[in-house]
Amino acid sequence: MNRIRDRSAVDGKIVSPEEHAQVLIVGAGPAGLSAALESAAWGAKVLLIDENPIDPDLFGLDIPLYFGGRMTGSVRDRNRILERWFAAEPKFERALELGVDIRLGLTAWGLYANGPHMQALPVPMVGLADENRSWMCGFDKLILATGARDIALAFPGWDQPGVLGANGFRSLVERYSAFSGRRIVVFGSGPLAVSTALLARRNGIDVAAIVEVLDEAQSPASSLHELIGSDIPVLTRHTPLRAGQGADGADRLLLRDGTGKEVELSCDTICLAIGTAPAIELLNSAGGRTVPDARRGGHVPFLDGWATSIEHVFATGDCAALAANEDEAIEWGRQAARQALAQDWRGTPTGGADAWRYQAAWHEALTRQAEPPLIVCQCEAVTRADLLEVSAPRYLGQPTTRAMARNLSTLINDGPVNQDQIKRLTRAGMGVCQGRRCREQVAFTLSQAAHISPAEVPLAGFRPPVRPLPLRVIADWAEKPAMAAHWELWFGIRGQWAAYEDIGTEREFESFLGGG
Amino acid sequence: MRTGNCGSGASVVVVGGGVTGLSTAWWLARSGVDVIVLEKGIVGWEASGRNGGGTTHFNSPLFHEEQRLWPMMDELLGYPTEYRRERITIALTEQELSFYAAWRVHGRRSGYQVSDLDPKQVLELVPFANEANLGGLHLHFGGHANPQRTTQAYAWALQDLGGRIFQHATVVGIEVTADRVVGVNTTRGRFGLDSLVIAAGPQTGLLLGQVGVYLPLGIARAEMIITEPAPAIPIGGVDGNGLYGRQTLRGNLAFGGGPHEWVKVHADAQSRPTSPLTRNIARRLAQLLPGTAQLRLVRSWAGLIENTPDGRPVLDRLQQPANLVVATMSSVGFGLSPAVGRAVRDLVLDGRCSFTNIDKFNLRRFADLPADWIESRGWLPPEPAPEVGQDQRSRGR
Repeated sequence: MNRIRDRSAVDGKIVSPEEHAQVLIVGAGPAGLSAALESAAWGAKVLLIDENPIDPDLFGLDIPLYFGGRMTGSVRDRNRILERWFAAEPKFERALELGVDIRLGLTAWGLYANGPHMQALPVPMVGLADENRSWMCGFDKLILATGARDIALAFPGWDQPGVLGANGFRSLVERYSAFSGRRIVVFGSGPLAVSTALLARRNGIDVAAIVEVLDEAQSPASSLHELIGSDIPVLTRHTPLRAGQGADGADRLLLRDGTGKEVELSCDTICLAIGTAPAIELLNSAGGRTVPDARRGGHVPFLDGWATSIEHVFATGDCAALAANEDEAIEWGRQAARQALAQDWRGTPTGGADAWRYQAAWHEALTRQAEPPLIVCQCEAVTRADLLEVSAPRYLGQPTTRAMARNLSTLINDGPVNQDQIKRLTRAGMGVCQGRRCREQVAFTLSQAAHISPAEVPLAGFRPPVRPLPLRVIADWAEKPAMAAHWELWFGIRGQWAAYEDIGTEREFESFLGGG
Repeated sequence: MRTGNCGSGASVVVVGGGVTGLSTAWWLARSGVDVIVLEKGIVGWEASGRNGGGTTHFNSPLFHEEQRLWPMMDELLGYPTEYRRERITIALTEQELSFYAAWRVHGRRSGYQVSDLDPKQVLELVPFANEANLGGLHLHFGGHANPQRTTQAYAWALQDLGGRIFQHATVVGIEVTADRVVGVNTTRGRFGLDSLVIAAGPQTGLLLGQVGVYLPLGIARAEMIITEPAPAIPIGGVDGNGLYGRQTLRGNLAFGGGPHEWVKVHADAQSRPTSPLTRNIARRLAQLLPGTAQLRLVRSWAGLIENTPDGRPVLDRLQQPANLVVATMSSVGFGLSPAVGRAVRDLVLDGRCSFTNIDKFNLRRFADLPADWIESRGWLPPEPAPEVGQDQRSRGR
């Protein structure tokens, strides 16, 4: 049967991707590399990509990790970084020998698959970009090994250079060899904090202290012994009050100890090692199902083995569940590849401690004593008070009396709390960092205000592009003619814009006005 | 009570917490009417909060009233809408020049001031614009506002007047006795009523079907993109190169246009996905405003929109059931919303619009519509792609 088509509709205009991979793996960390080796061993043609070394302009925006402005100028030398990384990771060599197509410095900014409200795609595809252009890549199997993001929590003085996240710190030290700080304070006392402190020491960076707001350190005695044997103090029951503001950012940290006494630590860097979050941006932005599971690290993919809710898309490594160690991530990568290619695998990622409980306790402690205005969303200058008052941005002028009567409590009274609604009204999370630095703390604020668990705060949605790319890069400069043909400002319905008085007259279909 | 069962009743029940329903309820409350809005999710969550924010639909009989009201809306509502007056259109091709020439003719015919801009004047008004532009128009009317803020403003203003909004209340049944609707059953209980307004966007047709009324609608998905903030353009409402858009007061450039996708609405699916069309909109924006090509794109989003067969509203109080008013704006609801609410209020209370003629927006005009109208226009979802090479691929679980 010959179907009539609406020529202004999208049908047939989104063309097949420029490139196709049998197995596309996003992320060349331990899990992604392991998945690549395993896939290649099964005889698959593998494309392994990683966004590192990233566009140097992204460091200052804290994308994809929380770098806190503590990078040296050498992050601009991408060739040096590539050579070092290759030299430091022998598995790259092995993967090349097995025929894996490894491309670094390539960003996966979007995942597109047909679903309930989209049938326009000829095949599922991923948007890729280098520093100059973007294109689409189709796949038979996609394995997401996108790792974990930093979780940032506000405290007075956090919105200046010198405050960063544990993964951002690790990346600057290990991958980029471009950390510009000399003396750090580590927030948190769990395994992440301990490994952060040890990483600093191995690299000749002074660790002024490990700070814990709770009464007890959160790591097993065995791992703490490594630290206690050194000269690094572990300060439990200490609450950070503020970071001092020097000419080059943070220059000291003021704390209150358990007895109420104020303590000052000299440092140039404060590393938030309270937690990381599985990097689910691609999956969530494509409509993939996620579940709140604090034991796996937060909002994580719904998984059957390693298969996500999107057909042919798998998740492994830290983006599936925060792995306890590198060996675990490597094993998970292997299993995900095996499921993708041979349907032969064991298990599904298990969890560890309740990440949200600990992070929420820190959030509580840091905000309890903070004097307003405490900036929470740095991009949009939204304060904690703005969140609690649901204030419109300051550029809209003085709030009216009625607006001042509205706040988070009245909003919660009107319906269950929703972070995307708060985002629309206050702009927290609307900025160029795409909410990376504020999304978890906004969620904790909402959970606190609504007296519900963090798991009950709906995940604020991610939207493509999940990396903020310049228009000139994401633009489709090689657009096919079919896309431009019958491109309409709006629907292109004949007579939709007819002037009212012309309706029903011979002039009804004369003009074809658009409307802004 | 936030989510519990809390059925009650009101003189007027409005189904749909988008701009049309909320504006209607607000106008009713301004007239002292006891009104309830039932919303299946959160107010303004669908197309009302996701559109381009344009307020320049001068073909509509409601436009004069819209233009009168918009400058007062912040004050009337008591909350900011970010409304800004006027728009610029820019032509990059001869075809676009003649396209916008029609705007000039019709704008002037409607009694509004339209100035021609030569290419240099375009660059003076929109510093980022393409130097090779062929000129444009300065519309000294119309404008743009923030859809999310405006929709919430209607909701809050309605509450301030005593109107009640029940969110997460999905209508599961409509009770009709003799020739009147007497109640609405929802997931949050039953609501009794004297009059019912259905202004539920894409759901409007399905809801009317429950009382045996046929409203022909096609549902489509449309997409937009937004950049990081740019320096302020004096007149932020800019159209051209096949795009409509606005600069937000924060500075972000939000633009849309191009192909829509007809969809089958899945009531349970929350996703409003965007497609790689993002790249085509981005290209057009970078061509229209080359000075912004280095700006980072921070988000894309999509919304579901309903259209009637002629793309025009249905604003009608039905003969049967006689206390039921239908309100769909056929994909052009946001800008006109201040006036639409007033018109629908009039239909509910008086049976006719007091300030302009909207008789042509009756539902009867579709009485003779062929049963296969939607197929004959091709307003159907794209056909699934053939499973090329599926047999050669290893299948996941």
